[in-house]
Amino acid sequence: MAGPGGDMQWCFSQVKGAIDDDVAEADIISTVEFNQTGELLATGDKGGRVVIFQQEVENKNQPQFRSEYNVYSTFQSHEPEFDYLKSLEIEEKINKIRWLPQKNAAQFLLSTNDKTIKLWKISERDRRPEGYNLKEEDGRYKDPNTITSLRVPVLMPMDLMVEASPRRVFANAHTYHINSVSVNSDNETYLSADDLRINLWHLEITDRSFNIVDIKPANMEELTEVITAAEFHPHQCNTFVYSSSKGTIRLCDMRAAALCDKHSKLFEEPEDPSNRSFFSEIISSISDVKFSHNGRYMMTRDYLSVKIWDLSMESRPVETYQVHEYLRSKLCSLYENDCIFDKFECCWNGNDSVVMTGSYNNFFRMFDRGHRRDVTLEASRENSKPMQVLKPRKVCAGGKRKKDEISVDSLDFNKKILHTAWHPQDNIIAVATTNNLYIFQDKVN
Amino acid sequence: MSGDNEETQTTEETAVDDKEVPEKMISPEKSEEAKLKARYPNLGNKPGGSDLLRKRLQKGQKYFDSGDYNMAKAKIKNKQLPTAAPEKTEITGDHIPTPQDLPQRKPSLVASKLAG
Repeated sequence: MAGPGGDMQWCFSQVKGAIDDDVAEADIISTVEFNQTGELLATGDKGGRVVIFQQEVENKNQPQFRSEYNVYSTFQSHEPEFDYLKSLEIEEKINKIRWLPQKNAAQFLLSTNDKTIKLWKISERDRRPEGYNLKEEDGRYKDPNTITSLRVPVLMPMDLMVEASPRRVFANAHTYHINSVSVNSDNETYLSADDLRINLWHLEITDRSFNIVDIKPANMEELTEVITAAEFHPHQCNTFVYSSSKGTIRLCDMRAAALCDKHSKLFEEPEDPSNRSFFSEIISSISDVKFSHNGRYMMTRDYLSVKIWDLSMESRPVETYQVHEYLRSKLCSLYENDCIFDKFECCWNGNDSVVMTGSYNNFFRMFDRGHRRDVTLEASRENSKPMQVLKPRKVCAGGKRKKDEISVDSLDFNKKILHTAWHPQDNIIAVATTNNLYIFQDKVN
Repeated sequence: MSGDNEETQTTEETAVDDKEVPEKMISPEKSEEAKLKARYPNLGNKPGGSDLLRKRLQKGQKYFDSGDYNMAKAKIKNKQLPTAAPEKTEITGDHIPTPQDLPQRKPSLVASKLAG
């Protein structure tokens, strides 16, 4: 498929969520994730709820309409808690959802809030037994004395029911707030990372986990950096990376030692000390790290840019893309309104040729690595007619504003796109605004 | 300043505006820093250090001491206990937190609107 800037065009497909402007806090979307086949799309919100959408089987008679995503299952994953011992309020907000590769008829996902990770099983039921001997169809028990013959209950088809049940609860292993969960390629273990520690779990074992990274200093006064994200390598089950608030990424090999405090590789871009300002460290903090599908690269997102790193080169990224460089001259106000601490995520497309990340004003950006093209698109209800092609947007940093451009001062900083996801195989993307989920697809000619 | 979206290279710090600084090139970041320091002269020198990180680690901390609460109740006797202003998010200092100050966290009973 051609790149996003010139040849490819993106069209509106669907939007989920309420239209009204008054957004309840619970409805704020906090994570979006496709499963490995792209058939399922999960979202988590601040209210601790998970909604899973399923792609319909493609309609062969109307090939111009790509299949839609409809609600498949929804459940309350986490509930608010209060830790009385520490006087700590534990939010039910779902920080991350990660799907497990499918092994049988059921689907499994890990969802986590600040403190507890849960393994959920989502299974379908489309048959139910009928013809019990001792029970009526409505459930009432029969008088045994009236039964004169025996019959074997039969499984009869019923309307599809999708059930979600929590199969494992991985609790009490994190003193600080969990920011990441990552399933290992060995399909047996996964890691969970908080601000200062990373733990390794076995999917079957909930009462024990191994601490593999601990960056807590003996004296908390000496704290200089925290862990911001972590991920397992897609193929090498011994390798994982974690990013920090100082803009560094450490790659660790679990074969080297039980405690991976000593990194195998340290990825850090050298900084010109004369350019250092009050904001330097804050905007260098990495909010997301993602391996490419082929496992040779990783991408990091800091406040203003997206960087692609070659795993064999630690000295600097191989590519850097400016997401919204025009914000560099607004850092003072962005610090005052806390926007400078917003944590944007990023994602790869299926063949690692394009990367995507969100911005403000409900804009999101795509960078085509091969064709060196980029585009800014907008997720809004105004562009939500079926199959409407999205028009590229442009921000005017200063000087004369051209027609159709929007000036930096007109950007709405409350409309942030922090979470985006790309279908693992097709050009279908899910983009979350504050409380709506947009699904776009490339134009099928 | 070139805030050009189409940049795909690493951008160096560039001059804010030719009109403003004829001789020196002040990076936009540094001029933003000057603005901030002008508004908040007491801002510490190590911003990315302990203070910010400590605040991040302490997210969710709510304080309620039943001992303090009961002592305050006993002192005031029949009078009403001072209640917190509704806008206050952090309760510190002389104010004695009351059970009303701790927001009741109830689980969402309503289904997500994404599923509607």
